Amino acid sequence: MRYYSYFPGCSSEATAIGLELSNQAISQPLEIELIELEDWNCCGSTPYGSLDRQESVLVVARNLALAEKTGLDLVTPCSSCFVTLYGANLELRENPGLMRRVNEALAVANLEYHGNVRVRHLIEVLVNDVTPEVISARVKRPLNGLKVAPYYGCQLVRPDYGFDDPESPHSLDRLVTSLGAEAVPFALKNRCCGGSLIISDESMALGLIHKLLENARESGAECITTPCPLCQINLDAYQGRVNSKFNTNFDLPVLFVTQLIGLALEIEPKSLGLNTNIVSPNRVLEHITKVSQEAGSGT
Amino acid sequence: MISFVSEVAVIPGGENIYQCIQCGVCSGTCPAAGEMEYPPRKMIALIRAGMRDTVLASSSMWHCLSCYMCTVRCPRGVKPTELAHALEYLADKEGYRVKGTSTPAMYHSFVDSIHSNGRVHEFGMMLKYYLRTNPLAALKMTKVGLSLFLHKRLPLMPKKVKGKEDLSRMIQRFREAGSS
Repeated sequence: MRYYSYFPGCSSEATAIGLELSNQAISQPLEIELIELEDWNCCGSTPYGSLDRQESVLVVARNLALAEKTGLDLVTPCSSCFVTLYGANLELRENPGLMRRVNEALAVANLEYHGNVRVRHLIEVLVNDVTPEVISARVKRPLNGLKVAPYYGCQLVRPDYGFDDPESPHSLDRLVTSLGAEAVPFALKNRCCGGSLIISDESMALGLIHKLLENARESGAECITTPCPLCQINLDAYQGRVNSKFNTNFDLPVLFVTQLIGLALEIEPKSLGLNTNIVSPNRVLEHITKVSQEAGSGT
Repeated sequence: MISFVSEVAVIPGGENIYQCIQCGVCSGTCPAAGEMEYPPRKMIALIRAGMRDTVLASSSMWHCLSCYMCTVRCPRGVKPTELAHALEYLADKEGYRVKGTSTPAMYHSFVDSIHSNGRVHEFGMMLKYYLRTNPLAALKMTKVGLSLFLHKRLPLMPKKVKGKEDLSRMIQRFREAGSS
């Protein structure tokens, strides 16, 4: 069993509940334990850093100080939390003046940060610690023949964390194929979905989502998979808005990678939060049932 | 009086502006460039030309999606994403009311939610954002909001962090120390 300090992120309590449920559901079969960081606060995400970079580092530092006490790596499943926690951690390590100011403020709650936490994305943990080979060995219901568009989005691989190629990433492809599914070539796999600007700049973001859906469909994908809460909600919950705006008829399920892994591990769809996906994932479920029936009848 | 470019260069995120060679890879890469009156390359040229008011009153940086593609591709390490954040910070601090974007209001609603709850409560944040900008625009969002709610993805009540008071006191202390 491997142990990690776990930072779920705010969306895990709401719009990305499917991500949270599936992370928890696949942990035990994959022999990892995600120990929720006690009393964590929001990482601040892009909005806080844009309005006040230095103060946003302090907001992150409270979490880093709490995590440092556990002595474990801090793992988050959210790409936006990841870029924020990782960036602030780097800045604190490189800027002793800021570290000192931050520690003066942390002291009011008897906290102190020394720069020792390693911030990691859950996908990186699945690829480097658990490994696709082990995941593959644990698969009970292979997703053979399922055509999946692996969608990385931005902040899982950029600016650059040294774990995957920012321009031509492959980590998700490896996870998808470890399940028996086919990772279709998806040219826009690391292009932006609009992120939180879907709220304030909707027309631009819908244009970007439209391009992604179109490219995924042209690639022959039956579904899209992503690790990122923002990417998932934009492609899933706003697919209907794209259809109205562009007069299209997209009906592409958008699953969290951990939901897809859970299905291959034969975990109940409801335990993976698949009932919270807005574009119905039934097509994916039917595919899997069909594959396992064929395997059962020896064809 | 210090030049605008040297003012930007000391803000976190603006440090690398002198490295720019105006090659335009950033603007060619940016998925939001079409929305921007001044895409990143032009923005940097304006900063270096000292066009302070033009830059800070512009909505251009508020269209930045923080996708970091320009940052990856810039051959000079300028980090235009961080630069956009630095300009947002400066414009916001100086109270520029920017036309043509609602992103400042969204960012403020987001940060307010952290200050009130310790974590972001997405429903409350959206509500505040629409009240701040255009309550009628919320109507076109009812379908998306309702489907999220029906799929158990939009709890109406926030979850509060026990250490929220600690967080507030830390921020308070940090601000006091910064202004002294």
